[in-house]
Amino acid sequence: MKILVCISNVPDTTAKINFTSDNKEFVSAGVTYIINPYDEIALARALELTEGTGGTVTVINVGDATTEPTIRKALAIGAADAVRINAVPRDAYFVSKQIAEYVKQNPFDMILCGRESSDYNGTSVPMMVAEMLGIPSVSSTKKLTVDGSSATIEREIEGGKEIISVPMPFVAGASEGMSEPKIPNMRGIMSARTKPLKVVEAVPVPELAKVVSFDKPVQRSSVKLISPDDAGKLWEMLRDEKKVI
Amino acid sequence: MAQDRFQSHDYYLMDELLTEEHKLIRSSVRDWVKKEVSPVVEEACQKATFPKQWIKGLAEIGGFGPYIPEEYGGGGLDQVSYGLIMQELERGDSGLRSTASVQSSLVMYPIYTYGSEEQRKKYLPKLASGEWMGCFGLTEPDHGSNPGGMLSNIKDKGDHFLLNGSKMWISNAPFADVAVVWAKDEQGIIRGMVLERGMKGFTTPETHGKWSLRASATGELVFDNVKVPKENIFPNVKGLKGPLGCLNSARYGIAWGAIGAALDCYDSALRYAKERVQFGKPIASFQLTQKKLAEMITEITKAQLLTWRLGVLKNENRATPAQISMAKRNNVNMALQVAREARQIHGGMGITGEYPIMRHMMNLESVITYEGTHDIHLLITGMDVTGINAFE
Ligand SMILES: Cc1cc2nc3c(=O)[nH]c(=O)nc-3n(C[C@H](O)[C@H](O)[C@H](O)COP(=O)(O)OP(=O)(O)OC[C@H]3O[C@@H](n4cnc5c(N)ncnc54)[C@H](O)[C@@H]3O)c2cc1C
Repeated sequence: MKILVCISNVPDTTAKINFTSDNKEFVSAGVTYIINPYDEIALARALELTEGTGGTVTVINVGDATTEPTIRKALAIGAADAVRINAVPRDAYFVSKQIAEYVKQNPFDMILCGRESSDYNGTSVPMMVAEMLGIPSVSSTKKLTVDGSSATIEREIEGGKEIISVPMPFVAGASEGMSEPKIPNMRGIMSARTKPLKVVEAVPVPELAKVVSFDKPVQRSSVKLISPDDAGKLWEMLRDEKKVI
Repeated sequence: MAQDRFQSHDYYLMDELLTEEHKLIRSSVRDWVKKEVSPVVEEACQKATFPKQWIKGLAEIGGFGPYIPEEYGGGGLDQVSYGLIMQELERGDSGLRSTASVQSSLVMYPIYTYGSEEQRKKYLPKLASGEWMGCFGLTEPDHGSNPGGMLSNIKDKGDHFLLNGSKMWISNAPFADVAVVWAKDEQGIIRGMVLERGMKGFTTPETHGKWSLRASATGELVFDNVKVPKENIFPNVKGLKGPLGCLNSARYGIAWGAIGAALDCYDSALRYAKERVQFGKPIASFQLTQKKLAEMITEITKAQLLTWRLGVLKNENRATPAQISMAKRNNVNMALQVAREARQIHGGMGITGEYPIMRHMMNLESVITYEGTHDIHLLITGMDVTGINAFE
């Protein structure tokens, strides 16, 4: 079984988020990048599924050379080899197209992604890749087991779960519960030095959508506490300061 | 302990001096500590037990012999990697770091450096995997800062040596499978040897009642006519330089480790100071609190620069024992001062197990004493710069 895991290079979840003065671009200076947490779950499950079976796990990332530390980490965790599509990821359509084109030339039995990436939370790449390849896609996968040439998937739905059977190949978006992220061990880190990381040039993709600007959420203002025996003050403040009544 | 919210601090952008692999090693050890150590360390210290389940994880993340060559089961990593591993382990707990330091620098290092090929092959792979744990016996009840005066001795009995004496304050002793022991031969020359648990006359009683390094087991080594096969003696070293070489390696790791403890205290104090409100304001807004925090990060940053440079010198085989002494002394003292100031910032909460501060502070009282006391390292620097020995 050959599994492809899509790895997104995202800012650390505790990073300070800032944009350029025209609000068009994210400022990456001083930001630490990590593997998207949902992708780490997908990678962990892929490694469990192939462990001891002779199967292999390949990771793919669409990014420029600055994403290589993140790819090396995926190799240190246990992927056998990696592919980097050499381009700055523009949007979900661009990324999906690059991955789909690669898979057309290099087929896999299963493509695992995170259900969404923690930077732009688009949730679209898994579905778009599947659509472009004409294969099934399943979102928010909480459990995934393989039986022969198909897989049984437990999906998260509002207030319950859904059990799905899909033939291989398919695309699934990993959610919490599918596996536990793995911490690379020293042997893994050492062997990652020599594992193959192939760089592939990007295919041209038309620009269908454009980011106009990014706006940060409005800062929450501080809370004013009024004692219960002074309820009249609340009324005054709403009238005089906030002018809402 | 409450949830481990640790975030590291890199005021002078020292990360730019590290390789991507260094950073990956560091983040992996940090993740492991957050997952496996932080949730249980408080209870382990309160109960004064060493969580044995840490051994396997320590081996996997490279805590045992990271710089020992791969052919003997080590990691083949450089000295900066070793330092970073020690820093992250001590960020979790000095006792955890002590266990790794002893195994790496005081047991695997001498076997690798002074041992025969047979000794290396027999012991190193099992020590690297954590299947065997080791301890290091140098200190004696009456000989601490002055190990050269040791009384433990071996007598040549033809096909073996007979070992007598005792060692005190030995980390990992209660559960160690092997012990690297230093004793004098009939000519009064210090020799090193490997003892194995089960040798007749060799016992390891545990030392109880410590207020420090409670998650690290400490004990004695007692030798009552222990028959030591001749092939267990290190062939490649004689004299005090044997144990001192090991201490050099361990002290280097401690210099990094202390930064980890200091970072944990500073990080907790900084967060607490911003969240804790008194007189209607976060306590971080008072000048006296800011003075404490500003001085802490200044001292941490200086220590980081010191160890990084020392690591580069060590990689090039140029770090002198006196340079290592300076870093060990400076950084451990720095960490202890940071812990004390951080404890004050936490007010009453600082004495509880909700925060790591008091635990680090108590641990550091051992760290400032073992591997050469604070004053002994000062005398080493003094001797180095004046050329005059002030020990005796
Ligand atoms: C928790 C713990 C774990 C340890 N683990 C190990 C281990 O694994 N293996 C091992 O071999 N040892 C270990 N030690 C022992 C440690 O290395 C010694 O405690 C240390 O070397 C100091 O020796 P001492 O306690 O006998 O103090 P002493 O040497 O008696 O020192 C007492 C005081 O006198 C001062 N002093 C001594 N000589 C001089 C001098 N010439 N000039 C000025 N001041 C001086 C010292 O600085 C110190 O302040 C451990 C100790 C502790 C606390």
